[in-house]
Amino acid sequence: MSKTLAIEAAGLAKAYGSTRALDGLDLQVEAGAILGMLGPNGAGKTTTVRVLSTLLRPDRGTARVAGYDVITEAAQVRERIGLTGQYSALDESLTGRANLVMVGQLCRLPRKQARRRAAELLDRFDLAGAADRGVKTYSGGMRRRLDLAASLVARPAILFLDEPTTGLDLPSRLVTWDAVRALAASGTTVLLTTQHLDEADQLADRIAVVDRGRVIAEGTSAELKAKMGGERVALTVAPQSDLAAARDVLARRGDGPPHVDPGPRTVEAPVTGGARRMPDIVRDLDAAGVLLDDLAIRHPSLDDVFLTLTGGATDHEEAAA
Amino acid sequence: MTAASLPITGRPGAEPALSRAWWALKNSLVLARRSIARIAREPEQLIDVTIQPVIFVLLFTYVFGSAIHLAGGASYHQFLISGMFGMTMAGTAPGTAVGLTTDMSSGLIDRFRSLPIARSAVLAGRTMSDLATQVLGIAVLSATGLAIGWRMQNGIGDALAAFGLSLLFAFSMTWAGACAGMLLRSPEAAQAMGFVLFLPLAFVSNAFVPTQGMPAWLRDFANWNPMSAIAAACRNLFGGSVPTDTTAWPMLHPELAVVLWSVGLIAVFAPTAVYLYRRKVLR
Repeated sequence: MSKTLAIEAAGLAKAYGSTRALDGLDLQVEAGAILGMLGPNGAGKTTTVRVLSTLLRPDRGTARVAGYDVITEAAQVRERIGLTGQYSALDESLTGRANLVMVGQLCRLPRKQARRRAAELLDRFDLAGAADRGVKTYSGGMRRRLDLAASLVARPAILFLDEPTTGLDLPSRLVTWDAVRALAASGTTVLLTTQHLDEADQLADRIAVVDRGRVIAEGTSAELKAKMGGERVALTVAPQSDLAAARDVLARRGDGPPHVDPGPRTVEAPVTGGARRMPDIVRDLDAAGVLLDDLAIRHPSLDDVFLTLTGGATDHEEAAA
Repeated sequence: MTAASLPITGRPGAEPALSRAWWALKNSLVLARRSIARIAREPEQLIDVTIQPVIFVLLFTYVFGSAIHLAGGASYHQFLISGMFGMTMAGTAPGTAVGLTTDMSSGLIDRFRSLPIARSAVLAGRTMSDLATQVLGIAVLSATGLAIGWRMQNGIGDALAAFGLSLLFAFSMTWAGACAGMLLRSPEAAQAMGFVLFLPLAFVSNAFVPTQGMPAWLRDFANWNPMSAIAAACRNLFGGSVPTDTTAWPMLHPELAVVLWSVGLIAVFAPTAVYLYRRKVLR
């Protein structure tokens, strides 16, 4: 095998009482790749990150990070990872700079180097102006950026980001995305969890959809969308027209059985190469005397993938935010 | 960034014990500096070692002291300040417990745990910074004492010995507090423990009154209480000890008793605290 795995987990299980946070989770991330873990609340994303970053011992299963076992070689793993959790892991009563210098020194940088590295990161995350203020006075976005900076102090080979942009405004989110991209470009392996489909779509090389403690689908964004089938033609039939007539046209012209929803009066069918085949469909509909309120070609979105796979278990508003 | 090639052939897995110990100490000092830097931004954390000892000294001297008559007409001021040294030093225990429960319930602990630092560093950093604040406690207490007429009657050498014993005792108490901090879930619980466990234990001693008047069973406990040993040791060294009729060994050799108690308590509580920490954080 030519590719090195930075993260590999097999059969991870963790239960809290009768709740199974992880239920046989398998995961592989190639070195230098960005993996997006996508899943609804309670799917096991955070638990996975905590196991992989040595903070939590799984009940069963094994995991290797940077080639080291997370249980028996936790110290070696910690030397190679950075972690930005969901909640800010900063000392609120210290300044931003003091937080970063402290982390640098804990990572065995001499004081001078720790200070230099702190200044570098404060610049990079647009925090230089607030560097000598207490973290207490920081906005949510500034805190998250400082937190991310803290996890980068030791230049980790592997970075875990647990919902790095949840609750961030757009500018802060863009800064975070840029940082993640730059890290990946320089060879850092990134595992990020997210509820934002567009975030996974934009950032991740591969996406693992997680639900109820397992990975239920894995692949590139395009691969996952392809699982949903190709384009679909969606018609909304006017009230005075016949639904059945519209269905017959799509049954004849489409590439699969049409789906009729009488409530909103829609008819949908898969049609590969939809745009080129539209004229035929429209002509036939016209000939059958079907009046339309709406006509569209739909491309499957990651939303469709997600909702189909997880059975719509997520709070849709949150997922689409 | 040179992180691309994996697996990394960096430091070997097994680090020599000496180097590991050295880095554990360095990490602890960094974390101790962090706690002290926090104090600079939140000076109210120092109430335990500044305002509280002053209030206790004034209360005991002028309220209770007026009703306490020592054998041979010895000075209660002189007697009390040595007891207050024990009281203030032992007071680090609830303080350490509160500080650690606060840390453990914040997200910051996850940051520390994901860094390649010694497991003991979080605890040792806290006990060291608490020890440093006790130096301030000693200064405040001495100044208050001098203001009300207490004197270091045996010269500076003995006084320094008393300060040293006090800090050693304080260090053992902070490790007891660290254990409590690992067992309790919230800063509030740690605070409550201070009141229901620590205060009574501190009071059943010779810190504020001679033990002669206590019921026999309580008196035995008081004479073997490490609080009594530190108070008696300070009285020997500052001057102001009152004659007692006890034959309890710690009261006959209080300085040695303080050393033995402190070393023994550290030997028990420090490893226990680290064990509890490891158990707590892996769940």
